[in-house]
Amino acid sequence: MAINWFKYSAPSTFYGLAGRLVPWFAWPAALLFCIGLYVGFFVAPSDVVQGEAYRIIFIHVPASILSMFIYLIMAGYAALGLIFNTRLSAMMATALAPTGALFALISLWTGALWGKPMWGAWWVWDARLTSELILLFLYLGFIALQASIDDPRRADRAGALLAIVGSVNVPIIYFSVKWWNTLHQGSTIKFTGTSMHIAMQQAMFTMLLACWLYVIAVSLVRVRSIILERERNNQWVTELAEVKR
Amino acid sequence: MNKLSLPGLLLLVIKRDLLLAMRRRADVLTTLVFFVMVVSLFPLGIGPEQEILRKIAPGVVWVAALLASMLSLGRMFSADYLDGTLEQMLLVPQSLSMLVLGKIAAHWMLSGLPLVLIAPALGLQFDMSAQALWVLIAALLLGTPVLSMIGAIGAALTLGLRGGGVLVSLLVLPLCIPVLIFGAGAVEAVSSGMSVISHLSLLGAILMLSLVFTPWVTAQALRISME
Repeated sequence: MAINWFKYSAPSTFYGLAGRLVPWFAWPAALLFCIGLYVGFFVAPSDVVQGEAYRIIFIHVPASILSMFIYLIMAGYAALGLIFNTRLSAMMATALAPTGALFALISLWTGALWGKPMWGAWWVWDARLTSELILLFLYLGFIALQASIDDPRRADRAGALLAIVGSVNVPIIYFSVKWWNTLHQGSTIKFTGTSMHIAMQQAMFTMLLACWLYVIAVSLVRVRSIILERERNNQWVTELAEVKR
Repeated sequence: MNKLSLPGLLLLVIKRDLLLAMRRRADVLTTLVFFVMVVSLFPLGIGPEQEILRKIAPGVVWVAALLASMLSLGRMFSADYLDGTLEQMLLVPQSLSMLVLGKIAAHWMLSGLPLVLIAPALGLQFDMSAQALWVLIAALLLGTPVLSMIGAIGAALTLGLRGGGVLVSLLVLPLCIPVLIFGAGAVEAVSSGMSVISHLSLLGAILMLSLVFTPWVTAQALRISME
């Protein structure tokens, strides 16, 4: 049987699919958040060096990882939209940007809360902190540029170019702790094994997965609104049950 | 119609932009005066202690240079955009990237180079040593072209938008931070007796990379903005 892979690249078909998919990501996300937080707060033992304060890691690390990943995915969608001229890819890039900015902000915020008891300062001008801050600025620049262009086609394409140029920053953040020997610790989880307690590890991965699912659910909801807004003059939108009401 | 060679095209664009700027010298001078003024405000705001001033001098000069180059970015394409020249430039059967590179080079000569030349005088106000001044000049010479090049992308993307001036800073400043870090770092390194080679090499590397990619990206951005 031949599958038409491009069926769901049309906004009109993707709108329905996205609507059906949202609960499948939202509910598991909520469930995993509960499990992850429970394991993180009550099951995982306290750290020898950092005591109880380390527990912020269960929010901080997933948020930081996702803030970088989302940028790359956003730039990837933007590139797809620029190369193949697909409208839906550009809409996905637009839909991902606010969530990415949110995670970058959470990462900086929880980092500051963690830094105060550990390093004795809310903020240090360390390489990783600085580049994460630049990442937040890049998200804000992307959002601001798209918001100030009225023509959606130009907004998509201009934003896409900016996102691609800005993606230079992501490897810099990721490798900054290796390149510059600064205050921020290196990553504890490596592909070759980890020095973490098993319960801590499980809690962190659960939270990471929960955040992933949350991102997917939220961006699907947001892309649905963007589709409705952009396609409001098309007939299929006026025939939707939720629009007729 | 005869087709120009690439260097010929580059020279033609640079000459044209310089000539246009010479007809309106006030624009160039405004940027320069802004730069001098911002730098001179810091000693007034912070206080005249030589020790502190010497320490903050490289950062102050770099931040002021960054702001001054933001200020002049709006002029890079807007005049040509308004009178329709830019549209003709996109239509000519010449390399748009080369044309853009010419405009960037002219922009640097008008906004970056004057800053580099006047920076030593400002450095003296901050009691910088002669050695530090030389490093400052070298770092500015390597770094300010990058500011013009990255700025060109932002200027092209925000062409003809309302509030373009503020927006372009929002887009360009984050991308310029590495230049600021290594540029100011070089001067700090020489002041504390360390080698400046690593900082200057990194600046040079950033310059080379930008030279390869930014004219092309700016050309694409212009096509997006003009279609």
